[in-house]
Amino acid sequence: MNSLIDDYLDGNAAAGELSRIFAMDVTVAEGQCAHCGAIKRFVDAHLYMPGPGMVARCSVCEHVLLRLVNIRQRVFIDVRGLTYLSLDTAKVQESGR
Amino acid sequence: MWHVATVVALHDETATARTITLEVPDWPGHAAGQHVDVRLTAPDGYSAVRSYSIASAPNAERRVELTVERSPNGEVSPYLTQEVAVSDRIELRGPIGGWFVWRPRQTELIQLIAGGAGIVPLMAMIRSRDSAGSTTPFRLLYSVRDPGATLYRDELQALPHQECFVAVTYAYTRAAPKDWSRAPGRIDAPLIADKTWPSDLTPTCYVCGPTSFVESASNLLTAAGNDPNRIRTERFGPTGEYK
Repeated sequence: MNSLIDDYLDGNAAAGELSRIFAMDVTVAEGQCAHCGAIKRFVDAHLYMPGPGMVARCSVCEHVLLRLVNIRQRVFIDVRGLTYLSLDTAKVQESGR
Repeated sequence: MWHVATVVALHDETATARTITLEVPDWPGHAAGQHVDVRLTAPDGYSAVRSYSIASAPNAERRVELTVERSPNGEVSPYLTQEVAVSDRIELRGPIGGWFVWRPRQTELIQLIAGGAGIVPLMAMIRSRDSAGSTTPFRLLYSVRDPGATLYRDELQALPHQECFVAVTYAYTRAAPKDWSRAPGRIDAPLIADKTWPSDLTPTCYVCGPTSFVESASNLLTAAGNDPNRIRTERFGPTGEYK
């Protein structure tokens, strides 16, 4: 997995794309990896952008947390790698988005 | 969702980086450290989206400054650094990101670490601190290739003389000025120990730059005893175009 190390971004970089779908800034949420059980903030995820879609991987075990693909007017989002996302609604509103 | 922004000023920062000042009539305001997505659409409908950090402090004028470093093989940055002209229109989405953000009400010590163009969102924090009249002590460790590649040089040079203290340390990676105290090289443990806040003062650290730089700087901060939960990072990725 170390060969991937130079290619990833922080989960922060997903905020723009995810803002098209979710009303709140999901990148500040905590989420649990469905594979290893690690509970981390989404901003800590490793994000891979260069492919046809966006892939977020767990920073602990590198398994896929979320995939997002745009095909013409349709967006596909696969979140089966996340057991849950948890957001502090008071804090999220502060982000002013 | 996309704002139409008008280019109102252009300023070359270095041979390869340019600051673009945009007026965004329906801008909702931003916080220091946030970024925007920029969308350019060709006449044939092909469009490209890239993320750029906001360089300017929050302001009442609905203006947003972006400093863009040209990436030789980029699709968007060559246009933004060479071709764009005053009064051109650009589409913006944002402000984006609630994590890599500094707000003037934060009172803890702040450690900023920049690699190259990673200075941009950190400069927004320094400017925001200044415009809000905050007296929170900041330290900036700025790793840059050589003196000619330094962004915001004059503004940074003026800072330590200000009443409210922001301590700036440069770390040159390829070529340093004559008589510089440190040989050119990457940020290392002695430099972190010498020039950043001691970890027992529990600073909040913001690290921005290319992926490998952020990786090594945040590892050095952790090794120096900083709590990983107090280290916020933003990686550019290999092209320098994404945030």
